[in-house]
Amino acid sequence: MIQTLFEHYEEMAAVILFAIGFSTLLFHRNLIKKLIGMNIMDTGTFLLLASMGYIRGRKAPIIENGVQDVSAYVNPVPAGLVLTGIVVSVSVTAIMLSLTVRLYRRYHTLDLDEIYILSKHEKEDR
Amino acid sequence: MSVVWNFPLFTVVFSLFSGVLCMMLSPRAARNYTIAYESVLIVMVGCVLRCTYVTGEAFTYPMGEFPAPWGNEIRAGTLEALIAFLFLVIMLCSIIGGYHFLRQDIDESKQNLYFTLLNLMTAALMAITWTNDVFTGYVFLEILTLTSCGVLIVREIGRTTLAAVRYMILNLLGSGLFLLGLVLLYDISGHLLMVPMRESLAQLAEDPAAIPAISLSVGILTIGLGIKSGMFPFHFWMPDTYGWATPTSASVLSSLVSKAYVFLLFKIYIRAIGLEVLQKTPLLHLLMAVGILGMIIGSVSALRASTINQMVAFSSAAQVGYIYMGIGLGTAAGFAAAMFQILAHALTKSLLFLTTPYLAEVSGDSLKFSALQGSGHRDHLAGVYFTIGALSMIGIPIFAGFSAKLMFSQAAVLSSRPSRTTMVLLVMSALAVSSLLNGVYFVRTLIRIYSGQDEDSGKDAKGKGRSRYGYVGAGLVLIAGNIFLGLFSWMIADLIYQGLWMFT
Repeated sequence: MIQTLFEHYEEMAAVILFAIGFSTLLFHRNLIKKLIGMNIMDTGTFLLLASMGYIRGRKAPIIENGVQDVSAYVNPVPAGLVLTGIVVSVSVTAIMLSLTVRLYRRYHTLDLDEIYILSKHEKEDR
Repeated sequence: MSVVWNFPLFTVVFSLFSGVLCMMLSPRAARNYTIAYESVLIVMVGCVLRCTYVTGEAFTYPMGEFPAPWGNEIRAGTLEALIAFLFLVIMLCSIIGGYHFLRQDIDESKQNLYFTLLNLMTAALMAITWTNDVFTGYVFLEILTLTSCGVLIVREIGRTTLAAVRYMILNLLGSGLFLLGLVLLYDISGHLLMVPMRESLAQLAEDPAAIPAISLSVGILTIGLGIKSGMFPFHFWMPDTYGWATPTSASVLSSLVSKAYVFLLFKIYIRAIGLEVLQKTPLLHLLMAVGILGMIIGSVSALRASTINQMVAFSSAAQVGYIYMGIGLGTAAGFAAAMFQILAHALTKSLLFLTTPYLAEVSGDSLKFSALQGSGHRDHLAGVYFTIGALSMIGIPIFAGFSAKLMFSQAAVLSSRPSRTTMVLLVMSALAVSSLLNGVYFVRTLIRIYSGQDEDSGKDAKGKGRSRYGYVGAGLVLIAGNIFLGLFSWMIADLIYQGLWMFT
């Protein structure tokens, strides 16, 4: 069991990163720390994808010296998925940061619980 | 290749293009353009629906250079076309019906950007509906999340920003889990296209040792989409999100966005995993349990709500529970009932969310029940629309809600799964209790909006006297759709069964 875990250390690291990020995003009250948690969570998933696509002893999927045999290269699809995932993650981070700035300007705090209490006292129509 | 085969791709590409175009138009031009192009999309998707129904065959549209199983694909069958048609009709009705409040809630200089967001949302909805590739589903799912957040914060008050942040946090958790589940499924099966993935998983599932890994991957993916769609116990973001958004946003978020997540899960279950593999996992039982709990607890929360929008939002949580219960039945009839519920609920909820602000407008701009006393007399049309929506939600015959509940009961009775008796008892009891609770809180609200006299002239609306043709027309279309679903449910059920057959 322990040996299997050591053999798959990349996957283990990915799962641990995902768990750290997920719990930070879920339980932390500070908005910036939540965002950091989200990025750690995404990094965990990307590491899992990258480790999945890597095959020891093979090269990046760029044809060299006319070698066209697929067994010479690693699978390029996971790398493509990681790139797409990074683009999505950056966009989401940008939106969340802009929302955080807007909330901070209004309530002068980054604590989500405090913001919730302050917003409850506001009188707003409909 | 028929020209109709290009239409699904056009719906995505046109919407993306329209999103960019609206940034450069004036607010009025952006609105008119969006209405016109949404109408064109409805005609296109109507053609796809007719084509697939008449021929009885789905078609696949390869994207890019590489064929399956490596390339990307769009696929159109009766079920996808039916859902896309409904999404577009509701989007159009929400834009037209909520425009009166949209002008009040959004700064004029930003109104064209709101239409940009709606167009990008349409692109994401269409892509999720048509795609045959799970990773493409993930990318457009994130676009849907971002645009949903955008249409929420566009009403610049503190509560909407807070609601948007909470909505985003929950959605990001959901997206993260969905991506992880998807990556694990890819790891196990080696495919991202739905059909090759199903074939690979079917082979793997012959070995009982592979079932825990498949269950874990699909379970993580299900929780991810469950969080995003408001499945119990992840439904607590709904009241703030739907309650503080501008009516058009509340309508599209509750009727389209949450349903798109469920539809994606539905597609993945049937097309990418397969019913036979799913039945070997404990997931269907779990889904049924959370569905039933959602039906009851969502309704109890709605009973305790202090504003009408909170009540309607919690009622959405209960209605999403119905859908998961139907999927949890794990039979074709259960899936068909869940699909019918998606249609019925989308039509009814959009009508209710477009109507409640009109009741509030004649009640001192307050959504609190205490202020809404007699509002049905002060605004007769909104009162009638709300009554029709409420009757459908309760499940009164001739309305869509009744047919949906009937289909759930039939699905439970016709089930041939091992624990059939327990299942029938559970489903019937849950339907009875949930319908009773629906009845209590909706009838209580109806009594409240129709009790008291029309004496409080101080509660006159700010916008009274303005043209409401858009709201009247949108409401009539939604009601007509609701009654059509109620009276001709067999016709829609026929379409759904044909679509399900094409799925497999």
